[in-house]
Amino acid sequence: MSPVLPDGPLINEAVGRLVRPYTVSDGRTRATSHFTLVTVVRATGVQTQGAFGLEHAQVLALCESPVSVAEVAARMQVPAAVVKVLLSDLAEGGAVVAGDAPPPSPGHYARPDRDLLEAVRDALLKRL
Amino acid sequence: MPSSNDCDPLPAEALPVGIKVLIAGGFGVGKTTFVNTLSEIEPLSTEEMLTAVSAATDRLDGVEDKATTTVALDFGRITLGPAHVLYLFGTPGQERFWFMWDELSEGALGAVVLADTRRLEHSFAAVDFFERRGIPFVVAVNEFDGAHRYHAEEVRTALDLRQEVPVALCDARVQSSGIRVLLELIQHLITTRSSHGSDTAPPLLRA
Repeated sequence: MSPVLPDGPLINEAVGRLVRPYTVSDGRTRATSHFTLVTVVRATGVQTQGAFGLEHAQVLALCESPVSVAEVAARMQVPAAVVKVLLSDLAEGGAVVAGDAPPPSPGHYARPDRDLLEAVRDALLKRL
Repeated sequence: MPSSNDCDPLPAEALPVGIKVLIAGGFGVGKTTFVNTLSEIEPLSTEEMLTAVSAATDRLDGVEDKATTTVALDFGRITLGPAHVLYLFGTPGQERFWFMWDELSEGALGAVVLADTRRLEHSFAAVDFFERRGIPFVVAVNEFDGAHRYHAEEVRTALDLRQEVPVALCDARVQSSGIRVLLELIQHLITTRSSHGSDTAPPLLRA
């Protein structure tokens, strides 16, 4: 076994991650707020009273400017589900705000509104 | 539970809306190249826990047999302005993961199915999946160097696509080409909306 690096995720090349992902979220697997991979979040600067851990601080540091849940997860190298739990804690205390997501629909397909589609189309046209 | 309260100094409305578009297709059709070419950031990878209902194995009555697997999703970002950020997610390439796309496709605006004319059959699973779920998609034929050139209509026939599904020819290495494919998708979404009536119409369920 190769030595484990103290910084970053504890990953061994042969066996993979050495700390189970849910250790950092105290065993919780469900976020209480609804975050998707593309929900944009930002730290508010509000100081919270909660007993937050190192991982919460890491999340806060990564979302000083607006950033998606997927990006936070990728940069922390933890599963997105874990980041959603951490963000949920932070949002409850007001330390993080989340932007709107296209509303969830009964099916899997989020039917978008026309304004959104036209805004996306116009922005893409500018890139040509 | 609301994610903000009355004393938030920064309202959530100021944050852009994240939009998810899936980039699908079989292994080796150029999904990674497509995402890399369009992304303004070095493409990132995140792990998502996905649930799969396993096929007929021994099971107790009333107990659904589910397995959870972690897959790595590669994604890129295109900031479209202060209000919208587009995220392109490459779907896992192995066809045996197709049953997990349920969760991947949740909340997606639509999908691009990349196809390679030398092995069109690699894109069958993706086409089939999006058709079944009623998720709008376009097919983009990635014209690799040395690949046979086909007309869009020939590809449509070979993939047995419905007439309204746009087929575009593209070069995944060229940014403007990728942008045009995304525009095809958005235009398709706008057209599909109009032809299906008002906002109160049910989601696209008809075949």
